[in-house]
Amino acid sequence: MKVWVFAEATDDKVTTATLELLTKAREIGSEVEAIYSGSGDTAAIAATVGSYGATKLHTMDPGDGLPGQVAAAPIAALVGTDNPDVILFAQTYDGRDALGRLSVRLDKPVLTNGMSLSVDGDSLLFGTAIFGGVVLVDVKLKDAAPALIAIRPKSFAAEESGGSAAEVVPLPAADSGRAAEARVLARHVEEQQGPKLEEATVVVSGGRGIGAAENYEPLVEELAKLLKGAWGASRAIVDAGWVPYALQVGQTGKTVKPKLYIALGISGATQHLVGMKNSDNIVAVNKDGEAPIFSVADLGIVGDVHKVVPALIELLKAKS
Amino acid sequence: MNVAVCVKQIPDPAVPGSLSADHTLDRSGKLILDESDSYGVEMALQLVDAAGGGEVTLISMAPNEEVSGLRTALAMGAAKAILVSDPALAGSDALSTAKVLAKSIERAGDIDLVLAATESSDGYTGTVPAQIAQLLDWPALTFSKHVEIADGKVKVQRQTEAGYDEVEASLPAVVSVTAGVVEPRYPSFKGIMAAKNKPVDKVTASDLGLEASQVGWEGARQEITNVEQAPARQAGEKFEDDGTGAEKLVAFLEQLKVV
Ligand SMILES: Cc1cc2nc3c(=O)[nH]c(=O)nc-3n(C[C@H](O)[C@H](O)[C@@H](O)COP(=O)(O)OP(=O)(O)OC[C@H]3O[C@@H](n4cnc5c(N)ncnc54)[C@H](O)[C@@H]3O)c2cc1C
Ligand SMILES: Cc1cc2nc3c(=O)[nH]c(=O)nc-3n(C[C@H](O)[C@H](O)[C@H](O)COP(=O)(O)OP(=O)(O)OC[C@H]3O[C@@H](n4cnc5c(N)ncnc54)[C@H](O)[C@@H]3O)c2cc1C
Repeated sequence: MKVWVFAEATDDKVTTATLELLTKAREIGSEVEAIYSGSGDTAAIAATVGSYGATKLHTMDPGDGLPGQVAAAPIAALVGTDNPDVILFAQTYDGRDALGRLSVRLDKPVLTNGMSLSVDGDSLLFGTAIFGGVVLVDVKLKDAAPALIAIRPKSFAAEESGGSAAEVVPLPAADSGRAAEARVLARHVEEQQGPKLEEATVVVSGGRGIGAAENYEPLVEELAKLLKGAWGASRAIVDAGWVPYALQVGQTGKTVKPKLYIALGISGATQHLVGMKNSDNIVAVNKDGEAPIFSVADLGIVGDVHKVVPALIELLKAKS
Repeated sequence: MNVAVCVKQIPDPAVPGSLSADHTLDRSGKLILDESDSYGVEMALQLVDAAGGGEVTLISMAPNEEVSGLRTALAMGAAKAILVSDPALAGSDALSTAKVLAKSIERAGDIDLVLAATESSDGYTGTVPAQIAQLLDWPALTFSKHVEIADGKVKVQRQTEAGYDEVEASLPAVVSVTAGVVEPRYPSFKGIMAAKNKPVDKVTASDLGLEASQVGWEGARQEITNVEQAPARQAGEKFEDDGTGAEKLVAFLEQLKVV
């Protein structure tokens, strides 16, 4: 099976989600190639994707166009000549843009929010979870190749194969039509401290139970920093404007899988749980003993975050 | 300026979802306006207001000629709606849905801007806006958390992993908006009364020139082979905080060697 991966990179660093896809691609396919639309250093990216098993890196520089959207036309052209069986995308902003446009160009259905993928005879078996992760669904693709599939980050482990750098080849030139009219005028990078939410060993998240926006820093951020972790949030406090969307964990936010997840004042709605319940260990502090978060917690403290968390912070400070 | 807003009518998310015998989402009960789309409706009303003219047209595909969600959006202030309802559309996937919505936008005619949510609350495939844009060959500004119109162009703040990008495109264009882009208004009593008489253009797939092979089950080209409950995670220990909660936490953290 010939598997392509839509690769993404932040500056010159290939994203973890891409590495997860490449690892999966190696497992299900005999030939793995990557596609990259961006202005990063293609030699550096080719070295990384190569060490995860890609033999070729098809590249284009989107200039100030939206990288996913202007990539669709050239990818469609390449599909026409190279006939891949599967194209994998991460369920990310640019991944979804590329996938949506490509599906129309090829007139192929999309499978999205994937959490598992395997080969069954000569067809692909795609697994996803619905109703906030409570029900698992397996789907068999009936259509002719290529299958267009988007996978939620953190669904697979990323493992190196030790391959040499992928061969860099330019994507064929193709007319993107009016998709190319969307232009990036400026980029705003929000200051980020500490480890990335998706990569941290410890994640501390706050929910509505912390009471007010000004409690986020002294309770959630402070505890996360002491544990050298990242801080996250439930959608309730993102929608309330207490913290930016980038911190949201759950169905419509990030999926995290740290060694330890600490939920402070979070009720544990299914849409939140789907983003964190595969963490190795879960700790919850909630004043309501019946809160659903306790049903997934390895250690639950039924109590007030305003008492428990400051006391915890004091104890941790005293120890260091 | 004329704005079309794609609004999905969905089963109430507060009620636990279930699947029908054919493995599609059970949509037989009452459907409501997807909260995610209330942001698009509000944004559209504000943009038309700021432009000083034009109207907001709702576009929806839903079973059984469902209108309750549309009435909510009409009560907020939209002028009219196109409702595509057709048994041939049952089982439609995201691409088929986008084909239906794109054809409906063409039917509405004279649209400068299409708004949709970044993803719906029930299916959350998250590709429909980009698919609509490609079908129409319009630019798409996706994941927008701020939208403005000036000099025949639309300018948005597009969410990125690192922060946001300022992105611009000429009209007509498709924009997908995130939850919280604006604060949706509550329909007023007057709005609710007025909504009852606003026009809803009810059409079928063939009215839009779509063949059954392009949409619905046939269009989806996939088969659900297994549905099962996810394995539940075991709950661990739970303690009432009697003043020793913090100590118990420290002990647990030490055991995990994170401190
Ligand atoms: C749990 C679940 C998983 C599914 N997975 C897939 C999948 O992997 N691939 C696939 O192709 N289909 C899938 N489907 C089917 C698909 O969700 C819908 O049936 C399809 O009609 C619309 O897709 P969406 O709501 O997910 O689109 P999204 O792309 O999430 O919708 C984005 C926006 O498009 C607009 N929109 C979408 N549908 C309509 C509508 N009917 N009327 C008006 N506006 C609308 C709304 O503004 C909406 O917020 C799934 C359905 C369910 C219930
Ligand atoms: C389509 C859809 C997608 C969604 N996506 C997401 C998502 O990605 N992520 C997400 O998080 N949510 C998501 N949600 C929302 C989700 O359903 C919940 O509404 C949300 O997670 C609730 O956030 P919360 O737990 O902070 O707030 P609440 O549910 O209000 O819970 C607050 C908790 O704090 C506790 N509490 C109050 N005071 C204290 C105190 N002093 N000390 C200790 N505990 C206290 C309360 O007992 C309560 O359990 C989504 C919903 C829908 C419909």
